Amino acid sequence: MPTQKTIAATGNTVVAEAMRQCAPDMMAAYPITPQTTIVEEFAGFVAKGRVHTEYITVESEHSAMSACVGASAAGARVMTATSSQGLALMWEELHIASGMRLPIVMANANRALSAPINIHCDHSDIMGARDTGWITLFAETAQEAYDNTIMAIRIAEHPDVLLPTMSCLDGFITTHSIDRVCIMDDESVAGFVGEYTPQNALLDIENPVTHGSFAGLGGPFFEFKKSQRMAIERSRAVINEVGAEFSELSGRPFGMVETWGMEDADVAVVVIGSTAGNVRHVARRMRESGIKAGVVKIRCFRPFPYAELAEALSGVKAVAVMDRAESFGAEGGPLFLEVRSALYDAAERVPVINYIYGLGGSDVRLELIETVLNDLSEIAVGAQAPTGLVYLGSR
Amino acid sequence: MSKWDISGLNEWKSDEFPLGAVIPESGNSRDYVTGGWRSQRPERNDATCTQCLICWIMCPDSAVNTEDEKVTTFNLRHCKGCGVCANQCPVDAITMVPEGCDLPEVK
Repeated sequence: MPTQKTIAATGNTVVAEAMRQCAPDMMAAYPITPQTTIVEEFAGFVAKGRVHTEYITVESEHSAMSACVGASAAGARVMTATSSQGLALMWEELHIASGMRLPIVMANANRALSAPINIHCDHSDIMGARDTGWITLFAETAQEAYDNTIMAIRIAEHPDVLLPTMSCLDGFITTHSIDRVCIMDDESVAGFVGEYTPQNALLDIENPVTHGSFAGLGGPFFEFKKSQRMAIERSRAVINEVGAEFSELSGRPFGMVETWGMEDADVAVVVIGSTAGNVRHVARRMRESGIKAGVVKIRCFRPFPYAELAEALSGVKAVAVMDRAESFGAEGGPLFLEVRSALYDAAERVPVINYIYGLGGSDVRLELIETVLNDLSEIAVGAQAPTGLVYLGSR
Repeated sequence: MSKWDISGLNEWKSDEFPLGAVIPESGNSRDYVTGGWRSQRPERNDATCTQCLICWIMCPDSAVNTEDEKVTTFNLRHCKGCGVCANQCPVDAITMVPEGCDLPEVK
């Protein structure tokens, strides 16, 4: 079993620590609030010789991900981090990384996208990148951000998968708040992630290969996209296997879907990221006044755990889906669309209400979450569900 | 490493292609037939041709075949029918003729 020590640290500090322990061969990064301290602290590790990583400072996130793609194609284990506008600027390379099947691991500090300018948390950055072919894990706490970063390496580099993987943590709330985190010893993490054996490395001069080939003009582009779909479907089993193995090692649970109080819940809230803790807190309080509330937290958004979610929600009478991102003009936020789809085949259709909350770091007070659970408990016994989405706490 | 057989490429299924569209062999573009775009092909008149080899020098696709330093035929698996050879020929020994639907040497 690993030696673990408990420290007080920010989410960003422990993500940088996890990256050091995973010992990437290369990192190309550009600073952006609220991710900056991840790559800043990692640069410190490189400067002090605590990790032997080729650290490349670049002029933009477009260049950062381009350099990561090149290094990964060359055969390196590659990690980086970004946020918000930076992730948006990487957009074309995100598709290239997944299309070239490069197992790059990136941390993303979830932050709103301009305009108006804002630096605080919401999920509009990552939800904008949800269709880029990256496996996407979400953390509620600094601990989960640490754990997800380590697991991401194993998931991405698994021979059945070979897809880039993103590990998301909520900007400022998780990246900058000091939290209690258990850190494993270096040897245990090194043993868990193992050595990376690249396939088709450009620097393997004995076996020359071409990367970045053309598949248009009637070529097999369509077939390559299908193979990406097949790989991300295979990743479901790998994510659960790696999660189980990591749980065994760390003593901490992992599930693509994690539930609280769902055994006998009448009403449930589906949520992603740091707000899950607040929702659990409120649900626990509401149970004292007789409302059987449950919480379903999504820890893996791509691939989306449809079957697990449908099973977790079977038997409830009303569901609230909390989206920290908009999909303007859609019937609801990105998570709402997924959850409703997951429930389409359920034996009994129950009301599913979409709450858009916390955009641009807008405060999610406990009283607001109480209104969600109060609404749900009334809808569960026949009250009219609101038509359309609800902007929670917006004027 | 043995030669990579791509003859069945147009029938391969999604899981039969190399990972991430990698080409796992160098120098194999000669095996990949690219002449299918062609709408016209060059024909050479051996009686007029002076064997100056200007067409061989100018062809952007290296699709002029030679033997013993003399032009023999055109490689119609790769010729795109651009007409540079005919245009550059100082004695007008090359004529571009329209292709039908079934291009010779193109699968």
